[in-house]
Amino acid sequence: MDLILFYVFGAVAVLASIFVVGQRNPMYSVLLLILSFGALSALYVLLDAPFVAVTQIIIYAGAIMVLFLFVVMLLNAQKEEKEATARQMFGGPGPRRFGAVLSVLLAAQLGWALTQIRPALMGDAAPGISSVREIGRRLFTDYAFAFEATSLLILVSMVGAVVLAGRRSES
Amino acid sequence: MESIAGWVDANRTLIAHLVLIGAVFFLLQITAAVLVYMERKVAAVIQQRHGPWLVGPRGLLQPLADILKLIMKEELRPKGADVALFYLAPILSAAAAFAAFSVVPFGAETTLFGLLDEPLALGITDVNVALLVIFAVTSMGVYGIVLAGWASNSKYSLLGGLRSAAQMISYELSYGLGLAAVVIMAGSLSLREIVGQQSGYWFGFIPQWYVFIQPVGFLVYMIAGVAETNRAPFDFPEAEQELVAGYHTEYSSMSFALFFLAEYINMATVSAVAVSLFLGGWHGPFLPEWLGWIWFLVKVFALLFFYIWMRWTLPRYRYDQLMEFGWKYLLPIATVNLLVTAAITIYMGW
Repeated sequence: MDLILFYVFGAVAVLASIFVVGQRNPMYSVLLLILSFGALSALYVLLDAPFVAVTQIIIYAGAIMVLFLFVVMLLNAQKEEKEATARQMFGGPGPRRFGAVLSVLLAAQLGWALTQIRPALMGDAAPGISSVREIGRRLFTDYAFAFEATSLLILVSMVGAVVLAGRRSES
Repeated sequence: MESIAGWVDANRTLIAHLVLIGAVFFLLQITAAVLVYMERKVAAVIQQRHGPWLVGPRGLLQPLADILKLIMKEELRPKGADVALFYLAPILSAAAAFAAFSVVPFGAETTLFGLLDEPLALGITDVNVALLVIFAVTSMGVYGIVLAGWASNSKYSLLGGLRSAAQMISYELSYGLGLAAVVIMAGSLSLREIVGQQSGYWFGFIPQWYVFIQPVGFLVYMIAGVAETNRAPFDFPEAEQELVAGYHTEYSSMSFALFFLAEYINMATVSAVAVSLFLGGWHGPFLPEWLGWIWFLVKVFALLFFYIWMRWTLPRYRYDQLMEFGWKYLLPIATVNLLVTAAITIYMGW
């Protein structure tokens, strides 16, 4: 049962993600991304991590994607009408070679990572990982520095966005 | 026949659960119908009118007439609307509204007079992150409104949808922080456990409800809850003077009915969560434990009456006032309340 559900939700997540990129209508892209997040969250539930699953929905699907949708609606982004030529899509020969090298590197890394997966890595998660109390305690003790540093980083980017947006409206 | 009887006998708990799901689904729709009637009658009383009184005794069958009218209406779709999203939006709204209620507990455990072998908890399911599930599911409801606004391909709808998105994002923060204060005190995210901690009395007569320890949290939660459900005085998405009917301007017939249904069910959910978190859930004096659901209903409907009362008493805010209130007053109050609650909880070692 678990295995069937895993494949179903996994397939939904992968297909939705592919269509996010393949879609020409930005509105549908946003919605498909939400669908993909939903499927991921279902996978978390299967992994016995309901807290992570629910947080995934609240933060990504509930908050961040609403902002995305908001921007798409405000800009009234149109459907891409024309097929882009290869040059428009990938740039000149220089960027194309660079991109090719990068993708080969990525493929090599992925392949290497897949060979490194051992059953030990896929074993049972640490006990209590599903308990909200335990996650909170870890977050504010063992990982306090990383946690605070991340929030500072987000704050900096927020201030940066406000400064950049404010500058444009003045000129 | 014998095998069916045997199967029924062996699977009593399963059948009871399925019946419970069906009952909750059905009761939520009934609640919406009752609310429509209640809204019209309360509005009439407040405005010194009679309200509906022709259909059935005292107009009691008015909701049925309304439903019939909505079904018979022509389903219209504006030219240039995005067909798929136009029809998906109301379904999304209604589905999110129904789904949120699945983790609300509304009564103590009961065996239905010994009909069941193991006691059945009244409430569809109980997950240990129930509160977050409600939060997640209701935040999905905003997509229904935003998509309706966009897919209608109409100015009024689009502006209504945009306003709604902005409003919901703004008030969701305060909503969450209001809830979090109770979660800190209860030390649990399960609604059943939180309700369980509110049984008993102080000094023998004051019920141990969180509203008495967390009055600020309760106020913040209720205000943000009204804003989340787009009800007056925060009903900007459908401010008729500016936006005609807002995000559902272009909807008619059953698609409109689904939005209507979603709004009333969302009201019921916000009230039910408030009752569970702050007002002691199904606990109350005079009634035995297994009749606790009556208390639950009474409390939920008291809050719903408050909702309706407010709508017909208060004028709508201006849009900038709404944003200012949400970000500059409600959010800081909720944050300070949360910090103080956390500090006291740690200091007292609860």
